[in-house]
Amino acid sequence: MPNIVCQHRILSASTTLTVALAGNPNSGKTTIFNALTGARQHVGNYPGVTVEKRAGTCKRGATTIQIVDLPGTYSLTAYSVEERIARSFLIDGKPDVVVDVVDASNLERNLYLAVQLIELGVPLVLALNMSDLAKRCGIEFDLVLLETLLGVPIVPTVGHTGQGIDELLNVVVAVAAGEKSSSPRHVPYGGEIERHLDELQGHMARSVPQLNGVPRRWTALKLLEGDEAVRAEVASADVLREADMAVHRLETVLGDNPEAAIAERRYAFISGACQEAVRSTVESRYSMSDRIDAVVTNRVLGLPIFLGLMYLVFQLTFTVGGPPMEWIESGFVWLGGAVAGLWPAGSESLLRSLLVDGVIGGVGGVLVFLPSIFLLFLAIAYLEDTGYMARAAFLMDRLMHKIGLHGKSFVPMLIGFGCSVPAIMATRTLESQRDRLTTMLVVPLMSCGARLPIYALIIPAFFPPAWHAPLLWLIYLLGIVLAVVCAKLLRATMLRGEAPPFVMELPPYRWPTLRSVTLHMWNRGGAYLKKAGTIILGIAILLWAMQQWPNLPEAQVQRFAAERADVAAETSQTEETRAARLASLRNAEAEAALEASLMGRIGHGLEPVLRPCGFDWKISTAMIGAFAAKEVFVSQLGIVYSLGEEQAEDSTPLRDKLQANYTPLQGFCIMLFCLISTPCMATIAITKRESNSWGWALFQLGGLTVLAWVVTTAVYQVGSRFF
Amino acid sequence: MEQVRLPQTNGVVPLSALKPGLPARVVRIEAGRGLVGRLTALGLVPGTPVEVVSANGGPLLLSVLGSRLILGRGMAAKVLVCASQQGCD
Repeated sequence: MPNIVCQHRILSASTTLTVALAGNPNSGKTTIFNALTGARQHVGNYPGVTVEKRAGTCKRGATTIQIVDLPGTYSLTAYSVEERIARSFLIDGKPDVVVDVVDASNLERNLYLAVQLIELGVPLVLALNMSDLAKRCGIEFDLVLLETLLGVPIVPTVGHTGQGIDELLNVVVAVAAGEKSSSPRHVPYGGEIERHLDELQGHMARSVPQLNGVPRRWTALKLLEGDEAVRAEVASADVLREADMAVHRLETVLGDNPEAAIAERRYAFISGACQEAVRSTVESRYSMSDRIDAVVTNRVLGLPIFLGLMYLVFQLTFTVGGPPMEWIESGFVWLGGAVAGLWPAGSESLLRSLLVDGVIGGVGGVLVFLPSIFLLFLAIAYLEDTGYMARAAFLMDRLMHKIGLHGKSFVPMLIGFGCSVPAIMATRTLESQRDRLTTMLVVPLMSCGARLPIYALIIPAFFPPAWHAPLLWLIYLLGIVLAVVCAKLLRATMLRGEAPPFVMELPPYRWPTLRSVTLHMWNRGGAYLKKAGTIILGIAILLWAMQQWPNLPEAQVQRFAAERADVAAETSQTEETRAARLASLRNAEAEAALEASLMGRIGHGLEPVLRPCGFDWKISTAMIGAFAAKEVFVSQLGIVYSLGEEQAEDSTPLRDKLQANYTPLQGFCIMLFCLISTPCMATIAITKRESNSWGWALFQLGGLTVLAWVVTTAVYQVGSRFF
Repeated sequence: MEQVRLPQTNGVVPLSALKPGLPARVVRIEAGRGLVGRLTALGLVPGTPVEVVSANGGPLLLSVLGSRLILGRGMAAKVLVCASQQGCD
């Protein structure tokens, strides 16, 4: 790097600093991260939203600072995934400085992590965040005193306005350069514990090397706490035996296990420091929040308010989302027409068909749902960022508990009504792997937005208007009921285990910032967009190919050509009649071509299997299409009924055809099967990624398909006796 | 369904039986290590003041160290608290 004028001389010219950002969930860590890096990141109130390791950089003079956003944790034990991730980064990643973001309005609890960071011996800077809110709550800090008591530099910040960020960076650079000395204070654990700590340290000094530059005192503490990960790392039978004896002796002396006693001393130390350096004059930051909660989490009012809000969300999604959906749809129709127009009329170019039918048709069909999906995510982001979602989890806990899950699983299920892909991603907020898997596996039963066009096609085709809304409700409800049953089954069999303890922090209500809500929406909606751009595109092309090949036998092609020539030659008929006959010939040829194609053959092959469900080969073929994306079912059915794409869009002719060919019971069975069966390709792919196993993804695929077959067959077989 | 243990002679009761609005202190947590570890990180340790904000038959809403926590009823039964001003033995 040329031309470097260094502001902090001690750092060498082209220094890169690694700064880890630690902090409790809801401490505003992500806002600080955004303010530091300007990265597109999301801030939510639902505890544990930040599970991934995120990184960004910023410049300070000649110094490049790489900032790693650690998962939000309350502690540095190794009990949860987030804690393990954070801890291993702190130990193995050897960050130059660790910034611990502490919520000024909830200092005592937040300092618990800070004390552990001090013990870990990392170069620490505290960002006293939301200091404006704390001030408004009437909390006053004696920062100089607090710095002395903890022995760590403290910088007051306000994440969302960027206040104090500059100063924070100055201090970070200064600490890294060794210009600012920090002399962290250690928690005094009192006679007995201290004595054992000393003994263990002495023992380790004699027999094992220092772990990864971590202070021996920390290792000794962790051994007394019985930390499995540290025990495994120490790996000296001698030291471990010594530790076990110490734990045993402490248990007798303290009448409690040392882990609890150690935690108690830490809190006592923090409480002592806060009593000296923090003065609180007014009521807690929760006074307003509690008043809202008195209504919102009320035993009687809570559930109706929640249901009302959900109703509003869906109403918003579909009414406001309607017009833009139509624009996108006509946009794609126009695009398809424009691209098709590049070829001379009547030409049978394969590339044209690939672009128009495969790419534009396939991806367009998915993108049409973008507005309503974005709106749904916007509403959910808003509810999350205000803090309401955590309350919803609280309200739903009683219900969810009955199926062996807890309240938190509820949010992914709700998102599942929009799209299963982000819903499965949202299961990351669940700590227990069993919970996560169970939720992930049943999420596709929440009827996603892409299944709506199928219902919209089928219901009006077979049922009188008065039945439309109740039937739609019934389908959604069936999905929910099946999800409940499946979750319960899974929890009782393959994913057996005690219901995980339900502990969660309820953040105070906040006004979400527009930026954070839109970012949140964008991140989730982006996942859907990406799916459209990658998986769906690939599958659309594959399905298109399956429809193209093998071609119609030459003899048939010639027969159709001959017939067309006949019609064209018949001068006795009017122009219009001839055009109509030509069109119907074209459609008949398309149908014959589809039947001859690989997809048609598979559909035929599936017919015997799906006959008990009341399906013929045409429906079976369309079901294969639904695997790409559920809504593809509609356009596939359009093709098998030789209506051509354009007429399928309009639905009315297709509905007439359906009505002529099937009974209402079969119509209902189609919806049922589409609801339950094979979640789309993208869902399987995301389940594979999130569960990290093809086994679970394929189990989901197979399990739901079998379930769909069983349920639909039962309904059809029983139903056909009566109707 | 609700498991209400009668107050023991020394005044120690499970959190699940604590009346909302009554200030109390954590005395002991009778649970496995993992659970104790998680509660500890959230501030529920012996000596911490705790208050039940609301209890609707489902999980409890608690006020602990200036934050609001939701705690499942099963877990709350394992957290023993002392509601007496004079302290419990």
